[in-house]
This record gives sequence, C-alpha cells and structure tokens, in this order.
Amino acid sequence: MNYAASPVLALRLPLWRSRLLLALIAGGFLVLAGRAVYLQGLNNDFLQQKGESRYSRVLEISANRGRITDRHGEALAISTPVKSVWAIPEEVQFSSQQRAKLAALLEMPPQEIDKRLNEATSFVYLKRQIPPEAAERVSELHIPGLFQNREYRRYYPGGEVMAHVLGFTGADDAGQEGIELAFQSTLAGKSGSRRVIKDRMGQIVEDMESIREAQNGRDLALALDAKLQNLAYSQLKLAVEAHKAKAGAIVVLDAKTGEVLALANLPTYNPNNRSRLSGAQLRNRVITDTFEPGSTLKPFTVALAIDQGKVTPETMIATASGSLSIGKATIHDAHTFGDMSVAQVIQRSSNVGAARIALGLPAEAMWAMFDQVGFGRAPRLGFPGEVSGKLRAYKTWRPIEQATMAYGHGISVSLLQLARAYTIFARDGELMPLSLLRVDSPLAGKQVITADTARKLRAMLEMAVEVGGTAPKARVMGYRVAGKTGTAHKEENGAYAAHKYVSSFVGLAPVSDPRLVIAVMLDEPSAGQYYGGAVAAPVFSAVMGGALRMLGVRPDAPLKPLELPPAGSEIKEGV
Amino acid sequence: MGRVNLVLLLVLTACALGLVTSQHQARKLFAELEREQERAQQLDVEWGQLQLEQSTWAMHARIEKIARERLRMSVPDARRTQVILPGTDAGTQTEAKR
Repeated sequence: MNYAASPVLALRLPLWRSRLLLALIAGGFLVLAGRAVYLQGLNNDFLQQKGESRYSRVLEISANRGRITDRHGEALAISTPVKSVWAIPEEVQFSSQQRAKLAALLEMPPQEIDKRLNEATSFVYLKRQIPPEAAERVSELHIPGLFQNREYRRYYPGGEVMAHVLGFTGADDAGQEGIELAFQSTLAGKSGSRRVIKDRMGQIVEDMESIREAQNGRDLALALDAKLQNLAYSQLKLAVEAHKAKAGAIVVLDAKTGEVLALANLPTYNPNNRSRLSGAQLRNRVITDTFEPGSTLKPFTVALAIDQGKVTPETMIATASGSLSIGKATIHDAHTFGDMSVAQVIQRSSNVGAARIALGLPAEAMWAMFDQVGFGRAPRLGFPGEVSGKLRAYKTWRPIEQATMAYGHGISVSLLQLARAYTIFARDGELMPLSLLRVDSPLAGKQVITADTARKLRAMLEMAVEVGGTAPKARVMGYRVAGKTGTAHKEENGAYAAHKYVSSFVGLAPVSDPRLVIAVMLDEPSAGQYYGGAVAAPVFSAVMGGALRMLGVRPDAPLKPLELPPAGSEIKEGV
Repeated sequence: MGRVNLVLLLVLTACALGLVTSQHQARKLFAELEREQERAQQLDVEWGQLQLEQSTWAMHARIEKIARERLRMSVPDARRTQVILPGTDAGTQTEAKR
C-alpha cells in the first residue's frame, strides 16, 4: 500500500479546530509580547537594577587630610594610611603557630588576642592603626575571619615642640585641639564615590558616573618658623628646668606682619603618643590662660600720659618716699632712688611712680587705652579656647584700683595679648592684627598712640635693659634691645600668695627698626630667683639673639661682647 | 539596487567590527589609566611617608643633639664672634680675598 493511497489523507477535519489552535497560539504570543513591553518599556527599573548589579560597582574614593607645614614648607603634620585589623570571632580559625605569629606582628601578647576574640561574636577590632607593612604580613598569614580596613593616622614629626600650636586629631581624623580644630573645615577632605563597570576579572573597564567628587583637604602653611620654634622651645625648657618653674610659655611675633613665628608651652606632650595626658600638659598658656601681667603694663600707662601731654620723659615724679598710700592701701617700691623722671620710672620699674602717673589720668582714658591695645578682648585668631582676659569697666574702678592697674595688678591678660599690645611700641604706635597662618600681604595696623610717643617709649624700654635698668640680662650682642620685666604675685583663692610669682619679660628688637616682639612667662619659678629680670630676661635674650641672626637682621649696635653688671647689683622691680 | 545593498551591508559589518575593537581598546586603555591612577595615589602616599621620615630625621632638636654630642660642635661664644657687614671695610676686604 502506497502512501498516497492512505485513507487518513482523505480524512477531512472540521475547519474550527485549526482556527482555534491558531487563535490560541496567537493569544500566547500576544501575552508574551505584552509582558515584554511591560518589562522592557513600562516597568523596567527592576530588571535594569538587577542587570547593573551584575557589572557596576560603586567605589569609595578616599580623600586625604591636608598637610600642615611651617612657613618654609617643612612638614609639621601629615596623614598617612594605616590599617586596622578586625575579626569575626566565630569564623576565626588558626593554629597556635599562626596565633603566635599574629601576636608578634600586632605587638600584643597571644592571651590578649584570645581575650578580644571572646569579647564578641560578630565584630571585634584586634588592633587599630598598624603600619601598612605589618598589615601586609598579617594578611599573608591567610587566617580566615580576619579582615583589615584602611584608616588614616596623623603623624607629627615635631613632637612635643609644636604640640600646642598644632593640636591633634582623633581616631576619625577630625581635629580635636589647636590648629587641627581651628582649621578643621579647611584641612578635612571630603571622600567621594563613583560608579564604574567592572569585568569578570575585577578590573574597572568603564567609568559610568561620578556620584560625589572627592575633595582632598587643603594644605595649610602656618606663620610658624620651625627653626625658630625649636629655638624658643629649647631655651624655654632650659629656663623652666633651671628655675624649677611649674610652667612656662613663650611667643615670638613678627612686628612687621603680625605673624606668630613661634609659640611654645611647658609642660608639653607628644601628640604622636597621647596615652596618659594631663590637663596641665594640654594647656596652651599663651592663648588660653590669663595672668596678672605686673610691671609689663607700666609702659602703656606712661604712653597714655605722654600722648595726652600730661608728662614728658623728663618730668620728675615724687617717688623718694618709696611708698604711696591711697585710702587704706599702700603701694611699695622694692628700692628707693629718690625722685625719678618718667623715663627712670620705666627703667627702674617703680610702682609708686607708675601709680602717681596713673592717678593724674582720667579712668576712662586709661580704660580706653587698655581696650584699644586689645586687653579684655579675645585676639580673634580663630584658635579654640582663646581668652579675653579681665578688664573691668572704668566706672567701677576705685582710685587704688586705677593705681594698681598702672603696674599690671587687678587686670588679667594672656601672654599673646601682651605680646600683641607691645606691637604699638615696635611699630610706631600701630597695633597689628595677629595671624597663625603665613601672611603674604600684611594687613594694616590700627594707630593707638602717636609715632612720637612710641619712639619715646622705645627709648625708655631700651634704658630698662641697660646697666642700671631691671633687665640687663635681656641684652643681645649686636642689636639694640628694648623691653620690660614683670614680676607679679600669683592670686590664689582671692588673695595674693606670698611666695608664688609669675615672672615675665616682653621686649622687642632691633630698636632702630623693630622686627620681632617676644614675650616670655614663667609660672612659679622656685629655685630662689623670681624676678623677671633674672628668670625671664635671659630666655628673651637667647631667643631674640638667635632669631635675629636666623632671620638675617642687620645688627644695629656695635658688635662687642656685653658686660653684665656684677651679681647682686641688679635693680629689682617692685612686686 | 541589490548591489548597493550588498555594499552597504559590508560597510555596516565593517563599522560594527570597528566599534567592537575600539570599545575593546577603550576599555583596555581605561584599565591602564586606572592602574596608573592607583599607582599615582600610592606614590602620593609614599611621598607623604618619605616627607614624614625626612622631617623626623631633620628635626632641629635631633640635629642639634648630634652636632653637640657626636661632632662636639658648639655655638660660638659672643667673644669669639666677628660679624662682617656687607659694604663696610672689613666686608670688602674679605670679599677681595676670595
């Protein structure tokens, strides 16, 4: 039987069956097409997201914290990446040999590792901030359950020398003290992120978009001169040790620009290793502490009297008695020399003389003078914890208070305020705004006293450091120096402590064209000597001499060795 | 008509292949760029570390200590210091001697 004759072929099926089949198949296609349109056109987010997650990755871009450098670009603070080792204790498995190696790399006893691993089950830091090389060797141990992440740590090569100016950062690289805190917004970097396409080898093959631009922190050039800072710090340290002082502070200002060239404090700390820090170590005595300045304030009273035409440097003041009674109180001088001229009042630091001059001045004018040179106001450096000091309103002054304020009691200032105030003598009457950052074009100062008065005061202050003045030890070979000593009783519980003093010296040089203002303060020198001229003046001399030579300032005095007066013959100021 | 179509098809194929190669090239170059950028960052980190090291070695306190203790140097005493100012007689003499 051949095929063509098959009876099946002759069979005729009803037409509706094929139509039905066609309709069903067409319907199926329509449903598929509809679904396709829905997924690809109308509701495509979900699938696109799924697809993207197969190849695109969001990467974090880390940003560096800015470096801090001194005025010559020498690095003072640098952030560098370090690794932190953390573990998921449940997953950690190691042999005792591996454990010993790990302990050696992390520089901790093996028992400590066990203790940490038993603390939690899901996450625990084994050690934070280890050097990258050590971290690499840890990862070579291939211990499961051990992970690392990248952090930044800030290093301060200057150590304790610069500690108070720079401050430090915390574990999250945010400023906590000093410049690091004051300029946090400038220094801090902003980390960014971007989306990229990675191939199956994990290599980035295409940049899709930048979600957030990473911004590195900006570098900061300070006004500080590292060399000068070191000189100031080491000289201060010698003096604090020699005089067994509780604390000491020094600040060096550039009189031409108002820049802070050096600022040091003792006791200090090492910012790279901050375990066991005490409050005394952290205190920045130059900026955040006030003290009663004592005689270093006399020049301001005298400057006001000269400016107002009340006296001239040659006017004689009745100081022969060595004491002056105002109401119930009496002011004393340490020595009596008969009547003195105004210039001699400064040279020999007579309290009685200064008080008499002050009593001839209106209280309001004296207050205005102190206010204009910046006492009672924060210096607005942007430094955390700047103090304004204490200057009471003149309406509340009694005559005795006006008299004692003339020689720096009953008023409190910070060392920085004091140094800044002396810029009026260094700059022919102009008070300079200060800056912790390098200044390329100095701001204008504010005229407080006339240039003529400032020059007269400079001449008087120069007499104070000559033989016959209170601070011959402040002199510097080759340069004419001017300055004033201060010795004040410390106030304790509202009364003056009998044998606790603050010794200070503020001065400027060279007198012919002042370049630097330096203020030195020693708190409670207790090795016998406590007069500013014996304790603080030698520090001033050493730092000023070294600094002027470093800066290449032309000498303005004959270059012959200085002859110091025989011991014991110094003129002591009234306390 | 058929011929033109054939030519266009060939051109199209060539373009498509060109696109594929250039895309591949672009990705390869991009990966290289990424690697170089990574290296630049690493070098930057290293630079920071070297700067740090330099600052640590060049600390003024350290130099002073070595100068004093190992090299037995000292700051000349005022009596042994002679300052020569440019322009003065002494200054011009020393200049002339050189």
